[in-house]
Amino acid sequence: MAENSVELRIKGGKVYDPANGIDGEVRDILVRDGRVVDKVSEKARTINAHGMVVMPGAVDIHCHIAGPKVNLSRKLQPEDHRLDVHPGTEVTRSGVGGVTPSTFATGYRYATLGYTTAFDAAVPPLAARHVIEEFHDTPVIDKGFYVLLGNNMFLYDLLKQGRKQDFKEAIAWWVTAARAAGVKLVNAGSDEFWKGRRNDNVTDVNEDIDPFDLTPLQATAAFIEAVDELNLPHPAHIHCNNLGHSGNVQTTLDTMKAAEGHRAHIAHVQFHSYAGELGKRVQTGSEAIIDYINTHENITTDIGMVMFGKATAMTADAPLTWMLRFKDTKWVNADTECESGCGVMPFTYQDTNYTHTMQWAIGLELFLLSKDPWRVMFSTDHPNGASFQTYPRLIRLLMDRGFRAEMMKNVNQKAISTCLLPQLDREYSLSEIAIITRAAPARALGLVNKGHLGAGADADITVYTDDENREHMFNAPRYVIKAGKLIIEDHEFVDDHIGRFLHTEPEHDPAIEDQIRPFFEDYYSIRFNNYRVDASYLHDHEVIPLRNSGGKRKKGSK
Amino acid sequence: MHTELELVTAPEVPIEAECLSPAKIKGLSQSGIEHLEMMHGNRKVRVGDFFRVTGNGQCSLRLEGDLSRVKYIGAGMTEGEVRVNGSAGMHLGAGMSGGMIRVSGDASDWVGPEMSGGRIEVMGNAGHMVGSAYRGQRVGIMGGEILIHGNVKNELGSAMRHGLIAVGGQAGDFVGVNMRAGTIIVMDGMGVRPGAGMVRGTIVSFQPVELLPTFSYSCWLRPTFLRFYLCHLGQSGFEVDDAYMGGRYRRYCGDSVEENRGEILVLDAR
Repeated sequence: MAENSVELRIKGGKVYDPANGIDGEVRDILVRDGRVVDKVSEKARTINAHGMVVMPGAVDIHCHIAGPKVNLSRKLQPEDHRLDVHPGTEVTRSGVGGVTPSTFATGYRYATLGYTTAFDAAVPPLAARHVIEEFHDTPVIDKGFYVLLGNNMFLYDLLKQGRKQDFKEAIAWWVTAARAAGVKLVNAGSDEFWKGRRNDNVTDVNEDIDPFDLTPLQATAAFIEAVDELNLPHPAHIHCNNLGHSGNVQTTLDTMKAAEGHRAHIAHVQFHSYAGELGKRVQTGSEAIIDYINTHENITTDIGMVMFGKATAMTADAPLTWMLRFKDTKWVNADTECESGCGVMPFTYQDTNYTHTMQWAIGLELFLLSKDPWRVMFSTDHPNGASFQTYPRLIRLLMDRGFRAEMMKNVNQKAISTCLLPQLDREYSLSEIAIITRAAPARALGLVNKGHLGAGADADITVYTDDENREHMFNAPRYVIKAGKLIIEDHEFVDDHIGRFLHTEPEHDPAIEDQIRPFFEDYYSIRFNNYRVDASYLHDHEVIPLRNSGGKRKKGSK
Repeated sequence: MHTELELVTAPEVPIEAECLSPAKIKGLSQSGIEHLEMMHGNRKVRVGDFFRVTGNGQCSLRLEGDLSRVKYIGAGMTEGEVRVNGSAGMHLGAGMSGGMIRVSGDASDWVGPEMSGGRIEVMGNAGHMVGSAYRGQRVGIMGGEILIHGNVKNELGSAMRHGLIAVGGQAGDFVGVNMRAGTIIVMDGMGVRPGAGMVRGTIVSFQPVELLPTFSYSCWLRPTFLRFYLCHLGQSGFEVDDAYMGGRYRRYCGDSVEENRGEILVLDAR
């Protein structure tokens, strides 16, 4: 469709563009050659958006959509796929859905929710190639990933020896070599416990990690500092220790305190906001966590909400999966050489269950108590808390207290009676939703051209029919424009698109390779020269600028 | 009165014909039936392209010809009757909850997956995975009866939760693997590892069986319930020996890697 790529005028919609201070103003959005512009010619195609809601395309800051772990989950759940066939159309390809859809279906289903960018949150460097290849088959959305470095033995060795500068150089090398957009830490130190002490886990963040003379907290702090000093566009993306355990509030607070003075992103914080005693019933710890986040500007977070129904635990936190596994369910644990672990387990959250209800409620509480939507972002840690396909329902829960109250009647009453949730009557506005799903993630990721609709922004635009039922509204955008191309028109796909691959390239001293190479040749199963992802893997890609590179960051609303 | 469909054009590749079930054709005219869609490989075709249809849509359906490449006959049926004069393809009676299917020839793999009621009777042999859960599913058939007069291949009744499966001939390996509950009766012997991973349920064999080491002998008995089952099978045309009726059965418990609440009853030869 040639007319698709040239010029568009989205006329008369209510625009929600919080990054530029626009809150529901009726105005036209003009598009030329894949960008939002100030002027288009007379020939521009007009899309009538009268009475509709116009937002930038949404950005998922934390999900798991590609790579070996997702494939494991797909292979584990053929029943899930058989019951949810995703047929092709004239312009799109077919696939299967379920909790972890096939590559094509993942891209299309994200697009049908108005998402145009997504970041896979956990990719070991060894799997980077696989992930990039899968990304190439994940249509419509732009995508990138964070590379798992938090249990990397070589990096731990450098820390043990106190070689701070080499540590920083090595991180930069790894990010560049894997073509990552950021650095992810998962339960730092736990892999040593898990592999070295028969499925043990970190319980105390101040306990030494054998044989490195280093505590999990020290390791985490070192990563936070190095990533910040390297000026990576996105700060260290941290999955704290003790995920899912009662009483992990303290661990999470300790981790955030360790980040003082540096930027840090605390991932899926809902799973880390549990009060109570270890081994006993979960209690809500949302207040303590969100109070800290509200008062500390250096912390950003995504919530990792839980929604009842089918999910899949999918994590580099191998000891956690080992602990959660039940008799009778399918589960996989895997060890990724010297850099990570992995666990995958299909899981169902039940509204009758005390703990599951608690998790659901804590996710909502964190949002409703949050004071700065720019730092508290939307995610379900897809597919851990719920599939991304539940986003519209969760958005409605945030926006509609009546719906919330209705749902609270049907959950575990024992759990809900101890929660703060019944007392909270805040409702998110459309503008706040635009922040937590669009503007804030784009800003946290250093994506200067995404998450807003100012001149020069990528023309990733969603147009929704304004519906009182926000679930219906966010479930089916009327139009989706990706890179200036009309992809969805009147709820139907009219075009296909292969999104861009986003990564970053911090500078580093090439001499660090000579340090890494010998370790590598000794302990890895592949040769060093085959490890780095070479340029042939980068088809349509974009380098996210570093923070100091003069790529001016957009200022927020005044 | 019944509707008759005769396969006149042999399909080159399998046909997926979920429409060949009383619920789908009931009340349709002859040309309405001819226009029903089915998949021939990856192409949509009409029933009339392959079948000669006689009569309008009745609750009773008669299929003639070699339908061994026609899949999903009677899928999802809730009532009525399907008689196949010849052989039937894979996924016969998939997801059926009521009614009756009778095949005079052989059936292929996956007879009655996800079945919850009704009855499937095959006079000839059947393939693998008869009355089994689809791959990945934790629970197989939830009810109903599958009666195979000939032999079957591997994984008979895997993960079944309820119902009766009876085989007049021999069964392959892994009879009742991961079985949750229900009854499987095999008359002429079975392959190795019956009941592997079974949680509850009963597997009956009239021939000696090679058992897994996770099954242990518990006692001998003359189960009353079995006589009722065998009377029922005798009425359905199975050859039931008197020795089966009054005989003594050795009871083995298992699988002890699971809850050890399942049983395998083996006819005592003495």
